[in-house]
Amino acid sequence: MSDRLLASEGTGFTPPGPSSFEPPPFFTVAGWAVDKVVVVIALSTVLIAAFFYLAARRAEAAGANGGLVPGKLQFAGESAYGFVRNGIGLETIGKEGLRFVPFLATLFFFIAVNNLFGIIPPFQLPGTSKIAIPLGLAVIVWVIYNYLGIKRQGLLGYFKNMMFPPGIPIPVYFLLAPIELLSNFIVRPVTLCLRLTLNMFAGHLVLVLFILGGEYLILEYGGIVGVLAGSVAILGSLVMTGFEAFIQLLQAYVFTLLAALYIGGALADEH
Amino acid sequence: MASFVSTAVAVLAVAEGEEPNPLVPHLSELIVGLVAFAILFLFLRAKVFPIFERVFAERTAAIEGGLAEAKREREEAHALLEQYREQLAEARTEAGRIRTEAQAERAAIVEEARNEARAEASRITEAATAQIASERQQVVAELRREVGGLAVDLAGRIVGESLEDEARQRRTVERFLDGLDSTPAGTAR
Repeated sequence: MSDRLLASEGTGFTPPGPSSFEPPPFFTVAGWAVDKVVVVIALSTVLIAAFFYLAARRAEAAGANGGLVPGKLQFAGESAYGFVRNGIGLETIGKEGLRFVPFLATLFFFIAVNNLFGIIPPFQLPGTSKIAIPLGLAVIVWVIYNYLGIKRQGLLGYFKNMMFPPGIPIPVYFLLAPIELLSNFIVRPVTLCLRLTLNMFAGHLVLVLFILGGEYLILEYGGIVGVLAGSVAILGSLVMTGFEAFIQLLQAYVFTLLAALYIGGALADEH
Repeated sequence: MASFVSTAVAVLAVAEGEEPNPLVPHLSELIVGLVAFAILFLFLRAKVFPIFERVFAERTAAIEGGLAEAKREREEAHALLEQYREQLAEARTEAGRIRTEAQAERAAIVEEARNEARAEASRITEAATAQIASERQQVVAELRREVGGLAVDLAGRIVGESLEDEARQRRTVERFLDGLDSTPAGTAR
């Protein structure tokens, strides 16, 4: 990556930009370019599947009664699943949320691991920093909660409950109805998608800037000033990496929590 | 430093034109992401999460079962204790009742014995009294008979002898009485 960014050597520093999210393809299969993003997404999927499969296999292999006392791996898997199950699914949707826990848990771990690849060498590129990934997930969430709302409340009832919730003075509806409509169909999915994408995008950009800037200052700019400033930048990148890990987990949580809230709202709007 | 910043800005400005727009999704990535997510979702939903749910349910059941068992046993123990207490209380009442009864019985026995003794005593007394009375009557009858005889005897002697003086009379009487004394009552007849 660095050779690409430091294109014109000696002439100056090329700061990282959106192009640093377009890694060159490793190889091409039948016209499909397999680049780092694809590898990260595939690897996240495999890692999550493997982790949970091993954790669950331990529970199943131990027999009907043995799974009650979990081993370390099983405990880790159960805790991870239980976190989404109880902390997000049951907490925000209620008893009915149990139906959506598999979806929410997959959502959370898929996003979290893809995010975390932003700080895991040698990848250091969050799969979710490419807008296509959060967009796809946001569309799935959008389809699910609108489908549930219409199925539960009927097409008319869904729109009525959404745009004209009872117990509000009539003049307010002129303001509220379009806002709610806009919010439900456009703002929610767009913010869901952009919040995640841009957090990962900006986080990655900041990390790359710190690292490449530090490298440039030490190696190219040189001198006492360059080495000192560059060292500060490299140290800063370490701090930022820790901060990024936090942001990455937080964004996965926020995305999943909002998805659960939207689903819960569609199910509960029976006034 | 200032030159570095200005160069950076200049390069950024130049590069801006050729940079890809990060807000435009790539169709290939969209497909890869959706397919990966779908596979992961279907796999976890089929192979992993049901096992976790089953383990959760079994664990809850095991804990609740254990608690229920403990509760049942505790209740049983309570019931048993209560039963023992009742039995103990019953035994105490029974013992008290028996004691009271025994006391009553004892009093009755004593009373009976006393009455019997009293009756016996009075019977004996009566018998004795009757015997004494009959003996007395017998004696009186005998006395009367003897006194009559004696009186006749005495009167004959008095009439037979000449009563010259008082001293002789007295002597005669005394002799008579001496004769009375020396003659036993039983053989006097």
